[in-house]
Amino acid sequence: MKHTISALVENRSGVLAHISTLFSARGFNIDSLAVGETDDPAVSKMTIVLDADERILEQVVKQLRKLIDVIKVQDLTGQNFIDRELVLVKINATPATRSEIMQTVDIFRAKIVDAKPRSLTVELTGDADKINGFLELVGEFGIKDIVRTGKIAMARGNK
Amino acid sequence: MKKTGAQIVIDAMLKEGVDTAFGILGGAMLPVFDVLYDAPLRFILTRHEQGAAHMADGYARATGKVGVCMATSGPGATNLVTGIATANMDSVPIVAITGQVFTTMIGNDAFQEADVTGITRPITKHNYLVKDVKELPRIMKEAFHIARTGRPGPVLIDIPKDVQIAETEYKYPKNVEMRTYKPTYSGHPQQIKRAAEAIHQAKKPIIYAGGGVIISGAAKELAELAKKANIPTATTLLGLGGFPETDRLSLGMLGMHGTRYANYAIMESDLIIAIGARFDDRVTGKLDEFAPHAKIIHIDIDPSSISKNVRVDIPIVGDVQNVLRELNKLVRKGQYAPWHKKIREWKRKFPLTYEDNGELKPQFVVEEIYKATRGEAIICTEVGQNQMWAAQFYQYTKPRTLLSSGGLGTMGYGFPAAIGAQIGCPDRIVFDIAGDGSFQMNIQELATAAINKVPVKVAILNNGYLGMVRQWQELFYKKRYSHTSLAGGPDFVKVAEAYGAVGIRVEKKGGVRPAIKKALSIKKPVVIDFHVELEENVFPMVPAGKAVNQMIGGMA
Ligand SMILES: Cc1cc2nc3c(=O)[nH]c(=O)nc-3n(C[C@H](O)[C@H](O)[C@H](O)COP(=O)(O)OP(=O)(O)OC[C@H]3O[C@@H](n4cnc5c(N)ncnc54)[C@H](O)[C@@H]3O)c2cc1C
Ligand SMILES: Cc1ncc(C[n+]2csc(CCOP(=O)(O)OP(=O)(O)O)c2C)c(N)n1
Ligand SMILES: [Mg+2]
Repeated sequence: MKHTISALVENRSGVLAHISTLFSARGFNIDSLAVGETDDPAVSKMTIVLDADERILEQVVKQLRKLIDVIKVQDLTGQNFIDRELVLVKINATPATRSEIMQTVDIFRAKIVDAKPRSLTVELTGDADKINGFLELVGEFGIKDIVRTGKIAMARGNK
Repeated sequence: MKKTGAQIVIDAMLKEGVDTAFGILGGAMLPVFDVLYDAPLRFILTRHEQGAAHMADGYARATGKVGVCMATSGPGATNLVTGIATANMDSVPIVAITGQVFTTMIGNDAFQEADVTGITRPITKHNYLVKDVKELPRIMKEAFHIARTGRPGPVLIDIPKDVQIAETEYKYPKNVEMRTYKPTYSGHPQQIKRAAEAIHQAKKPIIYAGGGVIISGAAKELAELAKKANIPTATTLLGLGGFPETDRLSLGMLGMHGTRYANYAIMESDLIIAIGARFDDRVTGKLDEFAPHAKIIHIDIDPSSISKNVRVDIPIVGDVQNVLRELNKLVRKGQYAPWHKKIREWKRKFPLTYEDNGELKPQFVVEEIYKATRGEAIICTEVGQNQMWAAQFYQYTKPRTLLSSGGLGTMGYGFPAAIGAQIGCPDRIVFDIAGDGSFQMNIQELATAAINKVPVKVAILNNGYLGMVRQWQELFYKKRYSHTSLAGGPDFVKVAEAYGAVGIRVEKKGGVRPAIKKALSIKKPVVIDFHVELEENVFPMVPAGKAVNQMIGGMA
């Protein structure tokens, strides 16, 4: 099952290396890892998505908490949370397909950020369902290039 | 007051109570060693950095204090790696201080540069690359704190040479301020109550005690629990000494080469009280078949040890000593008479034994060392058969009397660890029970022992083989002894003498006792080369992949 973990870590050099070394040393497979500074420049927030059963997940969370530079670890899965990902996709576009692509872009409230004679580059944010849905549709035109930020996530509510 | 980075390193060590450090210097450590020149601190120059790391480890395991080792950049630091990994696996508090190339050169493939924090990341509890001398006081303080608290472990501090030279306004911090690192020491009262209830309901309880008991200093509390609740107690290799093996409740060591009765008992138990032990595969054997009827209580300071390998019913995160003090208030005297009767029966039927055919047997040597030292010595071991015989045939009654590389199984650990232990405990008898293979992995430290007048005793159980591996080849690879013979090895007596130590050779059973007696009367390092039976095996044994009650061998 897919799990989304949110971790607050010290913003120091070596922290990302510590975390990725932990994942590879223990054979945990991660789908994505996104990291950025918080309002406190001394602290970063990471969102980690991984596919694991409950037992492995428990170890992942415990092992992360054990790292000295990790401040807080939360498994968001099963909680009410918001998640988003940003994707840039470069799609094959011919005069014949161009308008169909643009319609799809509209439906998904995506944005065209670059247009060339044989391609359109689209920016899209959304949760996993939205992004996968979009990619499935435009996949038919042929994807020339794609880059995803990896998921970022946050619990809903006042806390 | 203004101080240089190098002065800060040494001053911090003194403030942390360090009286001894081990290591070898080099270009990138010259500033620190210049300060060390007239510091009130004993520095032991070793002959290999691996030796230094194991000495710091042996010093730490024997005394309970933090051990310190130092090395220069590049090869000096990489030579420490095996020692650091050894300490990490067995939760030993050491601080390793390494020199690094100038900050401006880092990443340039500079002379003797290695990415030491990168290399040691997975084998340290934590590590630091100091980029600014202003951070050094805080880092030194944190490093010692992290090494010795919670689940102890090695911490490495990599200090570029320019940081050692740079000056800063210096005041050693009084307290550590870390928002991220706060180990849990006291157990949850509700969980402790549940544990007591489970103990009262059990019919066949067993205590499975590990290295955490010794680390926590909780041997007294463990004995109190076992006696008060009347529960048979087995220990792991690293838990030996945490519970007196001479006690009627003791089951000795469990696991791959443990006693039959300990393994039978754990497999049949209905309640396992695991205390500071981590369900290593050498203990559980085949996991799916491990202790099928047992409920499990697990006391451990490291949440990640709990439910890592086996599912735990009552987890208690906390320090063993704290938790046991609370638990002991709640437990009542247990009866369990049929259970004790069954265990007595197993003990009678399946004692630890070996065939005494008049030849010089390695087990006999260990028994004689036990007798000669009245169980009061600090025993270090190498790795292999020697290690298992040392575990089986010496009776450990006090904590910190067996130092052995359990988790990593590092050949070459025992001898330098013995030197470290002897330096930390000058009034004790320290023995390294060695194999002829392992001893040769750090044999150069004979120079360190002789020159520093460290009177350690090395008992080589010389079987002319990488014996433990040969045993596996004998049992599971049709006696195809592929590259396990050490025949033609050195004359250990001459080697010892060449280094300024004393060498004694023993070839007959009758020579064992006098040789040990003589060694103990000499105030110098002594190497006794026992020419033991070549193809003796360690029994009983759980073959790989089998349940722990499927033991072979070792029947009287
Ligand atoms: C050739 C060979 C054969 C071996 N055969 C055997 C064998 O037959 N039997 C055997 O037992 N071992 C054997 N070993 C050793 C084995 O590999 C493990 O090292 C050993 O079993 C681990 O012991 P432990 O569970 O006590 O854990 P340790 O590694 O000592 O871990 C200690 C545990 O206690 C916890 N802890 C630390 N401090 C505290 C505290 N203050 N409070 C609470 N908890 C704390 C830690 O978090 C950790 O989980 C063998 C090793 C070798 C090399
Ligand atoms: C550094 C290292 N290399 C290899 C091994 C694998 N190994 C485990 S036991 C053993 C044999 C040890 O031989 P010796 O020291 O003579 O001990 P014996 O088993 O004969 O008592 C070997 C090679 C190891 N544990 N450590
Ligand atoms: Mg040997």
